[in-house]
Amino acid sequence: MTSLPITLTINGHRHELEVDPRVTLLDLLRERLDLTGTKKGCDRGQCGACTVLVDGKRINSCLALAVSHDGANVLTIEGVARGEELHPVQAAFIAHDGFQCGFCTPGQIMSTLGLISEGQAGDDPERIREGLSGNICRCAAYGGIVEAVLEAQEQLAKSDRRTAA
Amino acid sequence: MTLELSLNQQPAHTRQGSSIGQPLTRRDGFLKVTGAARYAADNHPSGMLYAVLAVSSIARGRVAALDVEAAKAHKGVVEVMTPRNRPALAADPDAKDHPFMFRLDLLQNEEVRYPNQTIAVVIAETLEAATEGAALLSPRYEALPARVGLDDAESFVPRGVGVGNPAVQHKGDVEAGLKSAKTRIEATYETPAQYHNAMEPHAIVAAWDGDKLSIDTPSQGLAMAQGRISGLFGIAPQNIHIRSPFLGGGFGSKGMISGPQVLGVLAARLVGRPVKLVLRREQMYGPVGHRAPTRQTLRMGMDGEGRLTAIHHHAKTASSTFDDFFEPAADASHTLYASPAITTSHEAVRLDTGTPLFMRAPGEATGSIALESAIDEAAHACGMDPLEFRLRNYAEVEPMTGKPFSSKALRECYSQAAKAFGWASRPLQPRLMRDADGFLTGWGVGTATFPAIMFQAEARAVLKADGSGLMETGAQDMGQGAWTAFAQIAADGLGLDIDQVDFRAGSSDLPNAGIAGGSGHTATAGMAIHNAGAAVIARLADLATGNEASPLFGADNEGVVARGGRLYRRDDENRSESYAEILTRAGLTEIEGHGKGAPDAASQETYAKHAHGAVFAEVKVDPDFGQIRVTRLVGAFAAGRVINPRLVRSQYYGGMIWGVSFALHEEAITDRRSGRIQNANLAEYHVPVNADVPSVEAILIHEDDPYVNALGIKGVGEIGIIGTAGAVANAVWHATGVRPRRFPIRIEDLLG
Repeated sequence: MTSLPITLTINGHRHELEVDPRVTLLDLLRERLDLTGTKKGCDRGQCGACTVLVDGKRINSCLALAVSHDGANVLTIEGVARGEELHPVQAAFIAHDGFQCGFCTPGQIMSTLGLISEGQAGDDPERIREGLSGNICRCAAYGGIVEAVLEAQEQLAKSDRRTAA
Repeated sequence: MTLELSLNQQPAHTRQGSSIGQPLTRRDGFLKVTGAARYAADNHPSGMLYAVLAVSSIARGRVAALDVEAAKAHKGVVEVMTPRNRPALAADPDAKDHPFMFRLDLLQNEEVRYPNQTIAVVIAETLEAATEGAALLSPRYEALPARVGLDDAESFVPRGVGVGNPAVQHKGDVEAGLKSAKTRIEATYETPAQYHNAMEPHAIVAAWDGDKLSIDTPSQGLAMAQGRISGLFGIAPQNIHIRSPFLGGGFGSKGMISGPQVLGVLAARLVGRPVKLVLRREQMYGPVGHRAPTRQTLRMGMDGEGRLTAIHHHAKTASSTFDDFFEPAADASHTLYASPAITTSHEAVRLDTGTPLFMRAPGEATGSIALESAIDEAAHACGMDPLEFRLRNYAEVEPMTGKPFSSKALRECYSQAAKAFGWASRPLQPRLMRDADGFLTGWGVGTATFPAIMFQAEARAVLKADGSGLMETGAQDMGQGAWTAFAQIAADGLGLDIDQVDFRAGSSDLPNAGIAGGSGHTATAGMAIHNAGAAVIARLADLATGNEASPLFGADNEGVVARGGRLYRRDDENRSESYAEILTRAGLTEIEGHGKGAPDAASQETYAKHAHGAVFAEVKVDPDFGQIRVTRLVGAFAAGRVINPRLVRSQYYGGMIWGVSFALHEEAITDRRSGRIQNANLAEYHVPVNADVPSVEAILIHEDDPYVNALGIKGVGEIGIIGTAGAVANAVWHATGVRPRRFPIRIEDLLG
């Protein structure tokens, strides 16, 4: 296959790449850029383990061809913490035991970041459950995940208020 | 942080400052929430190629032709491995030296014996080229009719079920018991084939260096995997290094090394370069095990006071045409309810499927949903509340063997969970409760039990002159929290703060930690760690108590206590010395000790050892459309001593949600014509998502059990699923008046 040139900004870093048009965004991240935090659970958009943010919106990166996102801004799990300082969502996942095996966790966290920025869930656990139902956790750490999202939203709202003040 | 010596005589229970019992967050948490935890498929050794499986689209027959040339002509394809060029093995993959050696499909011939069996492996420079190469193989088959259902083949009585239990077991005279009964019930229940579907597909990155083999692959049993590969390739186990620091879930499917994992090793050998092979999700429905379907018939008799006079539990199940694993479903009736007469029996058929395997609570989960449903039917037939009926038939000794229980806090489980749930206000008759929206509401109960199993494990402990400690054991963390719980046990064993302990696990070059399965890993490897800690502390105490310069001089080994990196005289806490001082004076940089974990044969003979639990479920059913929602689950579990309540609670939640899944969601559907699984993907094979999961509460009931092991640990990984599935089924009956007889429960069964 003839490779095509694309430019992606991933976790704030600009990448100029030559990409086989068959390559999914997920496989580009994992197999070519060694950003292996994003996981492949089904490769069909059914499990959500591959969730990343593209231009701020959550997508299943296994269903996205890399070449169709030329110029996009991609955020993966590796770009969420600042060094040793965890994002409030990450810290809340640990505090509420929102995972067991951890394989779906990067996708759950990216999906949570997307959900929060969509501003649709608020503090309603039912809507959080619905909004995160594209992310399967076979260990079924769902209760902890919902608690983590509620707490992280509260933390984020507090820091927003501080920033505003 | 403290450790008293002679721990084998007294349970090492909670002491002040102990790490054990603390609800620590996961020590691998940071790695997991930042994406830095490296799972098998995240490894990319230099020069690595990609291998992709081509799998059979028929269930039975042979591969007549493969267009290997077309695949090889595709740009980037390096090699195609078929039966013609597959590197030789030192052992026949169809050999079976012991019941835990499962036959593997390693391209030994062109025969196809189940759908999704590997028929070729395409190896290429990129994943895309390998994937396209596999598609270009365009196989032609000579197909034979597939045998797919429990009635599709001749049945027989297997030689053993599960891990080798007798297929038929008797106690007392069941027919006489049924004859003398005042009330009798008989009911047949069906459970489907289920697939583990861990989130992480089986993956392997294999690299050969001469006769040395380096492997990254998820394994619930590193030493067994190492041994299996050693036998197949004819190389020494110590030449095989397997790393499995994180499993993306296992549930039994990563207990044994699977055929596709070995094919990754073969592919690497064939091309002389490192190879990565990852199963596609649909390829996990065949070669990596599943829970076999069952059809179970229960007959029970009760006297005038609701006491069981007889239980007959019969299960029909299936294995593959070429290997043996028989789901021991009827054995669920051995443990739970007192009855003067019990018979459990099994029969089986052979079908064109991959070989079934243990899947979270094998036998217990399938058997329990049938037993708990039947017990509910029996209670109703006697006009009794289902909880009262269970208490009336409470087993004071293990029903099948008559052995006393090493501990059994099931009554507390019933009472605490019933109270938290509000069971007392439940109407006896079904279809009497509605919620504010008019939904039919029902409440059900189920009892859980799971054996306290131990395997064999070893650990190595080191104390260093800088005062820190090291604990090593090849334990496996598939999400249960081994990295954390074992570090807690290690800290107590070494008498150190947990931050002073370097805990190493997840690698085959460490002492054999046994298998992470049977809910026995924490007990087994935990005891090895505990004993290794005791051994190294005993050496340290020898150094101190035998040296005149030490303030501990003269106290014998029994006379010192280890705590916070110091040894104290038991009779005088003012006299103590730090580990660093003791080792420095002795001129040693470090000392080590070794420990083993194993079941105690003597107490095994005397006592029945089981964890117990009770689960209460609430469901709501749409009266018009039959849609079922579980709205509340309350479970209480007594499983000996809890190392980390945060992690244990998560295990119970996960198990309970698996119970909901068993009752309402999971089912692999086989196409009767082709023998293929129609829903081999995560959209159509239903597992619970977040919106399916109700409010779940798990109550931890404390038990002191001096007989299971010195740490008092039973095991928590599987028991959650067991009572829950039946509780949900019984709640559906209570809501609707319709008794579910096949699982998962279907809307059409309620509308019938």
